[in-house]
Amino acid sequence: MSWGRRLGVLAGAGLAVGLGASGCFTERQNESAKIYATHCANCHGTQGEGLQRLIPPLAGSDYLVKNRLALACLIRKGVQGPLTVNGVEFNQVMPPADSHLTDSQITNLLNFIQTSWGNQGEVFTIREVSEQLQGCGASDGE
Amino acid sequence: MMSTFLPRALRLGLFALSTTLLLPACSLDSKPADTERLPFLGEREVKPHADGSPADTVYATIPDFRLTDQDRQVITNQTFAGKVYVTDFFFATCPSICPKMQSELLRVYTKFKDDPRVLFLSHTIDPAHDSIPVLRDYAQRLGIQDASRWHFATASHDSIFSLARAYMTAAQVDKGVPGGFAHSGAFALIDPQRRIRGVYDGMNPLEVQRLLDDLPVLLKEVEADQKAAK
Repeated sequence: MSWGRRLGVLAGAGLAVGLGASGCFTERQNESAKIYATHCANCHGTQGEGLQRLIPPLAGSDYLVKNRLALACLIRKGVQGPLTVNGVEFNQVMPPADSHLTDSQITNLLNFIQTSWGNQGEVFTIREVSEQLQGCGASDGE
Repeated sequence: MMSTFLPRALRLGLFALSTTLLLPACSLDSKPADTERLPFLGEREVKPHADGSPADTVYATIPDFRLTDQDRQVITNQTFAGKVYVTDFFFATCPSICPKMQSELLRVYTKFKDDPRVLFLSHTIDPAHDSIPVLRDYAQRLGIQDASRWHFATASHDSIFSLARAYMTAAQVDKGVPGGFAHSGAFALIDPQRRIRGVYDGMNPLEVQRLLDDLPVLLKEVEADQKAAK
């Protein structure tokens, strides 16, 4: 392990401890649940269950795995046209979030979805989300 | 003078209402022959569109209407003759409350889908976009194959919006909200005499439960009335 790498690990550990001590992590968890409830739950359901063949589910959705790299832009910009989730074709307009979500809020939201209702998806870092958003010209750097 | 009179009348009215609501509920088990009755909703109710004029004892009824459903069938008041129906207003591309309210209405439908005495009627408030094929696709995606049980209907913009007022389910164009329409997400329960017997917030599962509880009460009343008329 190089010195730089080791330093990075140490810094990461320090950050984790700092976050834990301040209780910040817990608040972020609540924030992400609130963001989901405010912006997503009316359509995708409080349990991510979706609605029949109208609204795709987020719980147990293969779309989240297959389109991981496109999810941040999908939340910021919305999506329309047919898409397939768990073998079912959906064709509704998903609007962009109705009020602006920052890069970090989108990160929290994605991680809430990735870890709720039995989902065990790989979580996102803010950096990764910002990079995805830069790719569609929609990062706000916040 | 009116200002002191009105609140008192209102209080008396509420007391009377609560008495009529509570007493039959208490005696329901002991006297099954008694018919519990739902209230009549209408102009007397304090609603956003009311002008504040004194109470009227004439019960509001749903005016004549003529709609087209997802099977291109013409739907009128006659379609619901002798039936009880639950109605709401939605639009297919609604990004805000519609999926939630339609999923709640689907819950009610599922409970009564095999009961021919109960029908369902969803009006689009976006007739410009929601053509008959769009409505048909929407209904099928929601899992409704039988249009004669749950009509997804359209008409001219003006007819729909005046009907929404008649059903006491506020709906209006509002470019300021997501999707371009403001609507309350309410469900209305209509009896065979076109009277509104309940209005429920379709976004609130507890309110929808109240609708589920009210439906059998109204069906029982209708049955008793039909027997008495024979």
